[in-house]
Amino acid sequence: MTFLYAAAIAAYSGCGLYLMLSRHVVRVVLGLALLTNGAIFLIFFSGRIGSMTPAVIPLGDQELALDAANSLPQALALTAIVIGFALTAFAVALLVAAYKRLDTLDAREMTAAEDMGSPFLPPEGRPVEKAASGKADAGQGDQKMTGQNTTGEVKTNG
Amino acid sequence: MADTLDLLWPVLIPIMTAALAACFWHNIRAQRIVSFIGLVMLFAASVKLTMTVVEHGVIAKQFGGWAPPFGISFVADPLAAALVAITGLLALAVGIFGFYDVRARHERAGFYPLFHGMITGVNGAFLTGDAFNLYVWFEVMLVTSLGLLVISRSREQLDGTIKYGVLNLFGTILFLIGLALLYGATGTLNMADLGQILPGMTLTPGLMTAAMLFLAAFAIKAGLFPLFFWLPASYHTATFAVGAIFAGLLTKVGVYATFRTFTLLFLIEGDTLRYVFTFIAAMTMITGVFGAAVQWNIRRILSFHIISQIGYMLMGLAIATPIAWAGASFYIIHHIIVKANLFLLAGAIRAAGGSDDLRKTGGLLKSHPWLAVLFLIPALSLAGLPPLSGFWAKFLVIDASLRAEYYGLAAVALVVGVLTLFSMMKIWMEAFWKASPVKPSRRRYVPVAFIIPIVMLGAVTMTIGLFAEPFVTFAREAGDVLVDPPLYIAPVFGAEAAAEAGALIAGEAIDADAIENGADNGVEEEVQ
Amino acid sequence: MRSIILVASTRIFFIAMLLVSLWILLRGHNEPGGGFIGGLMGAAAFATLAFAAGVDDARKMLRIHPAVLMGVGLVLGAVSGLPGVVLNGSYLQHQWLEMDLGLFELKLGTTLVFDIGVYFVVIGGVLSFMFRLYEEEQG
Repeated sequence: MTFLYAAAIAAYSGCGLYLMLSRHVVRVVLGLALLTNGAIFLIFFSGRIGSMTPAVIPLGDQELALDAANSLPQALALTAIVIGFALTAFAVALLVAAYKRLDTLDAREMTAAEDMGSPFLPPEGRPVEKAASGKADAGQGDQKMTGQNTTGEVKTNG
Repeated sequence: MADTLDLLWPVLIPIMTAALAACFWHNIRAQRIVSFIGLVMLFAASVKLTMTVVEHGVIAKQFGGWAPPFGISFVADPLAAALVAITGLLALAVGIFGFYDVRARHERAGFYPLFHGMITGVNGAFLTGDAFNLYVWFEVMLVTSLGLLVISRSREQLDGTIKYGVLNLFGTILFLIGLALLYGATGTLNMADLGQILPGMTLTPGLMTAAMLFLAAFAIKAGLFPLFFWLPASYHTATFAVGAIFAGLLTKVGVYATFRTFTLLFLIEGDTLRYVFTFIAAMTMITGVFGAAVQWNIRRILSFHIISQIGYMLMGLAIATPIAWAGASFYIIHHIIVKANLFLLAGAIRAAGGSDDLRKTGGLLKSHPWLAVLFLIPALSLAGLPPLSGFWAKFLVIDASLRAEYYGLAAVALVVGVLTLFSMMKIWMEAFWKASPVKPSRRRYVPVAFIIPIVMLGAVTMTIGLFAEPFVTFAREAGDVLVDPPLYIAPVFGAEAAAEAGALIAGEAIDADAIENGADNGVEEEVQ
Repeated sequence: MRSIILVASTRIFFIAMLLVSLWILLRGHNEPGGGFIGGLMGAAAFATLAFAAGVDDARKMLRIHPAVLMGVGLVLGAVSGLPGVVLNGSYLQHQWLEMDLGLFELKLGTTLVFDIGVYFVVIGGVLSFMFRLYEEEQG
């Protein structure tokens, strides 16, 4: 049985890691979700799966049955599932937004942040004054969606 | 009860503030008021906690009235309390900065609930005494910080957030796997309990794997040498207020967790682990500072410097003598203030010069001479010039490394200090000294809301620098607790059990336990 | 894409799912169930409605913004721990109030407040993502 569990955890984690190596960010997120599941299985198995009696006090009784399952790994696994679920949901929402703005899901083409102040690119040609007056600051001119000034949250006249 | 509340407020106040701010989702004005009241209360509560810890030593409490190893413990040792206090101060400073920096559309996107939620995660991570609970706080911190990072939904932010999110998520999964292995081996996840059990256990491959997974996970969080790439890829895209609080706090939570793990759970014995830490510390310092040298975006330069400064903190872990721990503790506290202040100043420079690309700005010395002075305080402190706080921080860690005969590490630290000075001078020369590349059409003003927190944090830096004595003493106390795990473990079991003994029926049994657990001569008395 | 059968049956399903979710929430008192699972059921009810009748209808049915629901839930959860501090000096140590109402015994605890808080947080949390994603898809 131990071997079977170990194999299941290894399969989950291995698939997760493999997907994470992809340049396609959706696969990366799926990989993260799988890896989380592997970790959750591991937690569950760390608590030793011996008893099949649920860790619930039967109606009318005052205490837990002696052979009840260990409830702590269940609690930990549940917490981890909830958190994993929330983060996966967030990541998916993030990817949808990113796809709309960046028009790509290829990690190699996501360079918007890297280009800011990069020594390998010219300083965005445009003089300061024009850049600050509402138009895009960090955009390279060829992207249509840069109207929203990235770091331009600070207005310049108090 | 007073203790419980002291320990509770730094987490409960931000969580309530976040919740109330969310309740007023459509009423931005109410959110602002709730947020500001919350920040002031949080600051007061965190100062109160620090005072309690200074007075009584390490304090610990259990949640839910469970006996020590079963319930979730909250523990405040001097280091944790100091970090909570700094968090309170920083949150207040950034809150004031945010009066101007946080735009209406950020507020509509939920800035205040997210901001306070992140503070909750940070404080929870500092105070918790339970390893799994630490994971939960990490995730609270991660999901709220993702929301804060992407708050403008700009291209750069989306790009940065994906990188930040994926790598940090991976880090927390590694942490979770480590926790699973640790739980499988020991059957407990209470850090004080682990601190008692683990030293007596033989180091099985499973435990070793768990230790290394923890190291990898916290290394990602803290931005240590080979795993820091997410940091300079994302921090410079955030809004200025968010960037400042990130720069100040988030990596330091990773550093704190590393310290906690490798002082309480896995002790650094033998040379192998020390060599690893020494190598990581040196490489973190070097790569960070060289990474910064070529960049032109102010906050990108500063982001790389976060990494190099983390290396200094890790020196404490590499040397692991009491004085090194004191130095590292002092370094964290100094660094949070200085780095956040520099990120705020990047906002002020942007407001004054119109850009945060150094190639497109300049001449600010003429137009904003006082801003130049305000910038020099944290900049020179970061580089470690006397009489500022950074001097003492660097002095303490380098002194410790010389005493422990880590000459190579000391040399690296000194050289990196000089290179840091070079970087800071680059910003100063480019932004302030050099003539502006374009003729400004109108005079730009830096809003007062920017100046107040910058002055506030600058004053703290000056105070630590000029009156270092009490801070060093405090750092020594923090270092002592890190070196001596029983000082941390005893209050969790001892004081708690003693207090509980009155309330519970089974008084005698727990009392006996308390004596047994708190056996480390005289710790008990000191705590009470 | 909008099937009339789906839209018509959704109304019934919506109410049924919401009732079941409440039942699961209260069942968590002594048996498996509770705020989290109940909350997921409740969120599923609204998600079904959003899927069949559109996000606007679902939002209208919810009346308040999901984030507000999360806030209320968090407040409830955080507050439910406070009586423990006052009475036993331990946060989140839940207190019980037992009343004999003649016909039956009523046992109320701060755990119920906490569970309702969790219920709200889960519904609010799930729906704020769900609605956003549906809206992204549509517009």
